[in-house]
Amino acid sequence: MPRIGVFVCWCGLNIAGTVDVERVAEAARAIPGVVHAETYKYFCSEPGQNLIKQAIQEKRLSGVVVAACSPSMHESTFREAARMAGLNPYLVQIANIREQCSWVHTDREEATVKASAIVAAMVAKVRRDEPLEPLKFPVHRKALVIGGGIAGMQAATDIAEAGCPVILVEQGPNLGGRMAQLSETFPTLDCASCILTPRTAEVARHPLIEVLAYSEVREVTGYVGDFTVKIARKPAYVDWDKCIGCMLCQEKCPRKIPSDFERGLGSRKAIGVNFPQAVPNRPVIDREHCTYFEKGKCGVCAKICPVGAVDFEQTETVREEKVGAIVVATGFDVLPREAFGEYGYGKYPDVIDSLAFERLNSSSGPTDGVIRRPSDGKIPREVVFIQCVGSRDPDKGKPYCSKICCMYTAKHAMLYRHKVPDGQAYIFYMDVRAGGKGYEEFVQRAVEADGALYLRGRVARVYPEDGRLLVKGVDTLSGQAVEIAADLVVLATAAVPREEARGLAQILKVGTDEHGFFSEAHPKLRPVETMTRGIFLAGSVQAPRDISESVAQASGAAAKVLALFSRDELAADPLVAAVDESRCSGCLACQPICPYHAIEPKALKDRQVASVNAGLCQGCGACAAACRSGAMKLKGFTDEQILAEVGTLCL
Amino acid sequence: MSLTWEPRIVGFACRWCTYAGADLAGTSRLEYPAAIRLIRVPCSGRVNPSFVLRAFQRGADGVLVAGCHPGDCHYTSGNLFTRRRYSLVKRFLEYLGMEPERFRVEWISAAEGHRFAQVVREMTADLRRLGPNRKMREET
Repeated sequence: MPRIGVFVCWCGLNIAGTVDVERVAEAARAIPGVVHAETYKYFCSEPGQNLIKQAIQEKRLSGVVVAACSPSMHESTFREAARMAGLNPYLVQIANIREQCSWVHTDREEATVKASAIVAAMVAKVRRDEPLEPLKFPVHRKALVIGGGIAGMQAATDIAEAGCPVILVEQGPNLGGRMAQLSETFPTLDCASCILTPRTAEVARHPLIEVLAYSEVREVTGYVGDFTVKIARKPAYVDWDKCIGCMLCQEKCPRKIPSDFERGLGSRKAIGVNFPQAVPNRPVIDREHCTYFEKGKCGVCAKICPVGAVDFEQTETVREEKVGAIVVATGFDVLPREAFGEYGYGKYPDVIDSLAFERLNSSSGPTDGVIRRPSDGKIPREVVFIQCVGSRDPDKGKPYCSKICCMYTAKHAMLYRHKVPDGQAYIFYMDVRAGGKGYEEFVQRAVEADGALYLRGRVARVYPEDGRLLVKGVDTLSGQAVEIAADLVVLATAAVPREEARGLAQILKVGTDEHGFFSEAHPKLRPVETMTRGIFLAGSVQAPRDISESVAQASGAAAKVLALFSRDELAADPLVAAVDESRCSGCLACQPICPYHAIEPKALKDRQVASVNAGLCQGCGACAAACRSGAMKLKGFTDEQILAEVGTLCL
Repeated sequence: MSLTWEPRIVGFACRWCTYAGADLAGTSRLEYPAAIRLIRVPCSGRVNPSFVLRAFQRGADGVLVAGCHPGDCHYTSGNLFTRRRYSLVKRFLEYLGMEPERFRVEWISAAEGHRFAQVVREMTADLRRLGPNRKMREET
């Protein structure tokens, strides 16, 4: 016979003000199996918890129902109290009579009746609870970092510096990410390469970091502490182990193609590296544009290579790794050209995006850092910058602020003025958002010292006239129409997640928001964690971020990884599914419905049944609902328990 | 049946979204009828149609199954199964002669306390109009 104790909390007047708690306790005493019921002002307080512990011991309780606030508030408090009194913590249930009763109803009679019903339902549930033990499993102290930009490199370095090995996977041929494309950085105007390249070199030579460039994560199985990851190395058609990085191949390659890295403003060879300081300093053949792959002849690179590293037959290779935690730092992209017809982007060569302007500014860029407009190479005398191109624009499906554009546009205006002292920069903006250390001062400097002219308003149209671009817009502050003849138009296009990110989210089983940015576990209190334990976020994969924020978040993610790695074993909630093999028909209808691939067939002597990997199971219960024979049991939420609650609540 | 009959609604609420949304309605002190009693489940995908039928058999006047918005499931895909499963169950209940207002599937996020209160208000009003569930209630 069960011996249930019911503890009805007043929560001061929060509950007792609306619910007659004494009547609720009295009604509880009348439920068969309830041997103890009492009320107290605050059961969550130390003396309140002591009352519960005392009753557990004195009345030898086999189950506890605390009628109080939401389980999200104090379930763990009361479970811990029960554990200390010698009762299995999973034999405690919370009847939510505050958030879902006393706070939302005013009629005392109705609220009291409802509170009693909720208590009765939880008594019915706890009677059918069984003692459970947390699941324990070991931790592989090795981390996977996906993305070799500044965020990924920071996370990798922090983890490795603490003594744990890291695999750093980068889909491109080199480390550095977006930051490698930048010229200078705000608000210090530090040269991006000068702060980035020492970091890439450091990462590449760190004994505990293994850089897998030109590689992709294809499959992730397992769970926190024990992920199995399949990483594919794309064919570079160059044996990087043989290659000595002399780049003779790049020099001699006869095929010039537009460079994505240069945003189409410059060219690269069909074999080579993106930029001279690239790490690893190893070339890749662009198969789509290589004459050898197109026509079957050429092979100049293979002939010139002093070590015979060029290998046209190279194929993809896949390796498997075991890791305990994963940091996702895949960064961002900018909206494609097609999205902005009204600005003539993609149609007029002198309408470029901000990333292209970075390349124009870069001393290693296509113009060696001299700002020339793409159409005729002339130095632009008037440049119009347009902010919020796509961002904060529900019509383009991007209602969010891309956050970095206000700052980099101010930077662009400054850098332009430094290079073209008699030039004029105009900036069309909606609002200038310069929250950040030294950011507002930086924008003011652009205005005051470098004469950037800010115009609040949207641009309606850009079209060519007499070799220049006519920009038509409105200055909403003066209410006047504005027309500027510009030599160059720079669009601060919205930051969006990388195209590959969506597929990666599915591989990792991590949620994304409607735009495809990865979702954090809690926007305020768990900003670097995902809802999947053991997977963390760093940088713009989560939302547009600048460099300093990305670095800070990456260090945060690394700290979380190291906290995991500091334990010998991990504990998990045991509220997982289990199969009653005597009832299982082996139909495996549960297998495809499981989002965690936790269900596998298991061979018994004469038949097969389903079996659940408790480490993979997250306890969603989809399988239990799909099971036709009632063999699949979700602990803590069994059919029996839920039906008992249903029965009680309908009385 | 006394003159002061009030409907009874059994609600299945996923713990991540709707249950938390109902908690938010509480923290925001949004008043709504006491007709609803929630059962906390890990995911709306956990809700076996037999639970819904059992509630009607035991005399519930209305049943609500509520979870995260499609695409936002804590378990990635649970509510997509809910959506498919309950579009069938809904038709089945109508086939049995149940008024469609008696059974609702709603997507209510943890941030939608207002929406939770609104759904309960609507359902309660509908059920007051329809009267008790006599169709499926088992004689006791």
